[in-house]
Amino acid sequence: MDFIGAYAPSHLTFLLEGFWVTLQVAFLSIVLSFSIAIIVGVLRYAKIPGVSQVLGTIVELVRNLPLLLIIFFTYFALPEVGIKLDKFWAAVLALVIFEAAMLSEIVRSGLNSVEKGQIEAARSSGLNYVQTLWHVVLPQALRRMVPPIVSQFISLLKDTSLAVVIALPELMNHAQIINGRNVNYVIPTFLMVAVMYFVVNYALSVVSKRLENKHA
Amino acid sequence: MIDFSILFDHMDMYLEGFWNTLQASLLALVGSFALGTLFAIFRISPIRPLKWIATAYVEFVRNIPLILVVFLFFVGLPAMGIVLEPFIAGTLGLTVYTAAFIAETIRAGILAIPKGQTEAARSSGLTYGQTMRYIILPQAIKVVIPPMGNQFINLVKNSSVLGVIAGLDLMYFGDLIAADTFVTFDVYIFVAVFYLILTLPLSAFVSYLERRLAGSR
Repeated sequence: MDFIGAYAPSHLTFLLEGFWVTLQVAFLSIVLSFSIAIIVGVLRYAKIPGVSQVLGTIVELVRNLPLLLIIFFTYFALPEVGIKLDKFWAAVLALVIFEAAMLSEIVRSGLNSVEKGQIEAARSSGLNYVQTLWHVVLPQALRRMVPPIVSQFISLLKDTSLAVVIALPELMNHAQIINGRNVNYVIPTFLMVAVMYFVVNYALSVVSKRLENKHA
Repeated sequence: MIDFSILFDHMDMYLEGFWNTLQASLLALVGSFALGTLFAIFRISPIRPLKWIATAYVEFVRNIPLILVVFLFFVGLPAMGIVLEPFIAGTLGLTVYTAAFIAETIRAGILAIPKGQTEAARSSGLTYGQTMRYIILPQAIKVVIPPMGNQFINLVKNSSVLGVIAGLDLMYFGDLIAADTFVTFDVYIFVAVFYLILTLPLSAFVSYLERRLAGSR
């Protein structure tokens, strides 16, 4: 094991460059998948005949597939039907499809956790359905959703590492490149990579715990 | 149209991958359940060093990616002179990773039982062991079963990482067939169907249990 060689400044900056790509992919995927998840979650909660069932089936199918398969699909299979994406967007699309399904389930159960009596009260005091959803149900549901959503974000950040299979130049990919130079770099590099993921994810989980205690 | 001849011509590969995915999942399930229970007990035990070790393990592993853990077994161990079969390295990585989540699930289940119950049981004359056995654990198991089921579903899906290290699982054979036939789209659809055969019944069972157990508490 060669810690000094593995932690040469050029290697560390190379890892940080990879981590920057990881964070970009994660951030974009979080924003997009969360937006879609709210729409899907609300549509399923609203029990619109047909729409809710179709969305429910899609969510159920996607949730039960490995993310790795979805990444292979967006990068290798979509071009076959004429949709050609570069590595970055193929990874983002795969993560968005997968995480939107996972998050929409959290949104839906958050909405369901708001007592029916509140909806009836809001409706009978003159608010229409959309107003009730927007002013009464969603704000309370969102607060209850915070802890599971943050853990889903942590999963997402970790899951970006699967894009190593399509050689997206993220953290894991850059680690593998350094490892390829000298077998003595392998363990020190993986340790450094683990620490990088850990620091960001642990910070997120601490924030989530704080929020949980505040709202409990 | 989806070309079903791809499925029938390569059925032996699909089935071998399916079988290996099932094996890796079951082995990792048994292993991670044993390891996870051990760490959960360590974490709630009054012995400080055990508590520290278990907490460090759980917190560290939960916050790093699975593929990193698997690579540690597949690339890291050979760097130290220990070479494992890809299937073994992958299953070990999966076990070590899942154990952290299972430990957390079990711990949360035990903590979900109000402290007053332990105190009441103790003050009515039960020993600590009896309290655990007759009062706490029977209730904790009910709390723990549905999230445990979800962990198993995750485990089956996560086993696809074996495909990256030539672990002979469903994902691996899927990639082989795709590279062979150039009909990537259809091949991955079939791979998806094989995964769903494993995961959909499991997740239906978990939601059934959730509904049943919610009523009985």
